[in-house]
Amino acid sequence: MASTTEAAVGRQGSAARPRARWTRNISAKIAALPMIATALVVFVGGTIWTVVYSFTDSKLLPRERFVGFDQYERLWETSRWIISIQNLLFFGVMSLVFTVVMGFILAVLMDQKIRHEDTFRTIMLYPFALSFIVTGLVWQWILNPDFGIQGVVRDWGWTSFTFDPLNNPETVLYGLLIAGLWQGTGFVMCLMLAGLRGIDEDIWKAARVDGIPTWKTYVMVIIPMMRPVFITTLVIVASGIIRLYDLVVAMTSGGPGGNASQVPAMYVYDYMFQAQNLGQGFAASTMMLLSVLIVLIPWAYLEFGGKKHG
Amino acid sequence: MADVGVAAGAMTGPRGAKPKKTLSGRNIMLYGTLIVVCVYYLLPLWVMVMTSLKGMPEVRIGNIFAPPVEITFQPWVKAWSEACTGLNCDGLSRGFWNSVLITVPSVIVSIAIASVNGYALINWKFRGSDVFFTILIFGSFIPYQIMLYPIVILLREMGIYGTLWGLIIVHTIFGMPILTLLFRNYFSSIPEELFKAARVDGAGFWGIYFRIMLPMSLPIFVVALILQVTGIWNDFLFGVVFTKPDLYPMTVQLNNIVNSVQGVKEYNVNMAATVLTGLVPLIVYFVSGKLFVRGIAAGAVKG
Repeated sequence: MASTTEAAVGRQGSAARPRARWTRNISAKIAALPMIATALVVFVGGTIWTVVYSFTDSKLLPRERFVGFDQYERLWETSRWIISIQNLLFFGVMSLVFTVVMGFILAVLMDQKIRHEDTFRTIMLYPFALSFIVTGLVWQWILNPDFGIQGVVRDWGWTSFTFDPLNNPETVLYGLLIAGLWQGTGFVMCLMLAGLRGIDEDIWKAARVDGIPTWKTYVMVIIPMMRPVFITTLVIVASGIIRLYDLVVAMTSGGPGGNASQVPAMYVYDYMFQAQNLGQGFAASTMMLLSVLIVLIPWAYLEFGGKKHG
Repeated sequence: MADVGVAAGAMTGPRGAKPKKTLSGRNIMLYGTLIVVCVYYLLPLWVMVMTSLKGMPEVRIGNIFAPPVEITFQPWVKAWSEACTGLNCDGLSRGFWNSVLITVPSVIVSIAIASVNGYALINWKFRGSDVFFTILIFGSFIPYQIMLYPIVILLREMGIYGTLWGLIIVHTIFGMPILTLLFRNYFSSIPEELFKAARVDGAGFWGIYFRIMLPMSLPIFVVALILQVTGIWNDFLFGVVFTKPDLYPMTVQLNNIVNSVQGVKEYNVNMAATVLTGLVPLIVYFVSGKLFVRGIAAGAVKG
């Protein structure tokens, strides 16, 4: 549609006075300059710049002394980075599985034509409006060993009760998970609910006529039909998890024991802005980009598979 | 989302056969589960508010889930005007006003630019415009960390690194993908005949934008507003990286107050500070209702 408009406008323009190609739609192009600059300079340019400089030995300031893969070798020899990656993998898989499963189950419950649906949704979604800092600090307080859940249960008389995930390196990630799930599940529930509502009512009627039990209809028919919703949700949640930073800063600052809950985004920040070892920061952030691409490319392939995007 | 609401509303009217009984086993299970889930969701808000209304002696001996025996607003006063971050002891109020100073212009600038982008992408396509848009959308998935340092250099070259304007530009850049998508999708639903008629009448790029597009799309501007106010208010990373300590937004100052206190921890003050920081997005959320859902749903359906 729009291209025919453009052609018509172009024809009129060229009939009246011949103009150079690039001056056509000149105000539109000027108005779109911030977008073009963001796309080209910041997103493409910034990414390429960081990737290129990850092959240098930049310390306090970026410099062009190329050292090949040295930064990457050092990165993968640093135990803190290895721990960060392991933590991210564990946290990522756990929170993907739990948010999607819980989000879907909640959406199914919400889809039973219940009363007060708006109230339930408002309650489940409000944590999503809060920042990770607020989320982290509240749960840090609830999980406080002296005054939180552990303290309360001990006061009731069960004195050996232990629930102190944040101060134990073995369990600290579960503590983060509790807070992360609280913040994000409502959002996934909303996406899933929108997906469920998008399914044709006739499918349900047909299943009922055939006498298929409800749970079986969900598993055999509805879930396969909602594949695009699941994939989009997974991509959004996964790309958020890779960025995970604020929640860890607020809840544990990477501890206990210094490293137990480190994540890659924290490594990047510390090396870039605290330890003045830019090269390491660049290499680590390039690895983060790589992990996003691993998620993103198969998705883009599935979603747009050869077709033109947009 | 709006359609869903209408459909649900229509369902509440009496229709079809009379339901047998409302207190069936299935319903007890259903509502029981939902209520248990809601308790899990509400618990932190409850604990946060209750702790902030207790005095420190009561916090130490009492149960964190119990309501205060004696309500005191002292922790709120202290969190707002006396809590210390490092050497400064002027409370969270500084962070609050910094966040206001950051959020208001960032929201205005980012929405203004993104709405014009969306408009140009739909009605004034030019060679390559869709390519830039695709890059923008894919860029929104790239971890921010990889672009942080190049942006620091750019802002330093422009002489605005560490200033308010630097942070406003950063928020505009990272808000652009989602907002442009939002406006582009909305503008594409406005009939093209309107645009053509205005062209025939001699209106130009800005004339059509201000006289036709803008007045017709107030709802989507509200959605964008909700999205940006909560998003920018809740930001932590950009605040830390792109501002100096006296310009730190509220989230950063809150984290500094709670996590780096020397001496005795005042949990009630900490919780009061946390509630205060969460208050703005919560108010936006509860006032906006369905529009908030619409905003995040639009954000979810990328591409």
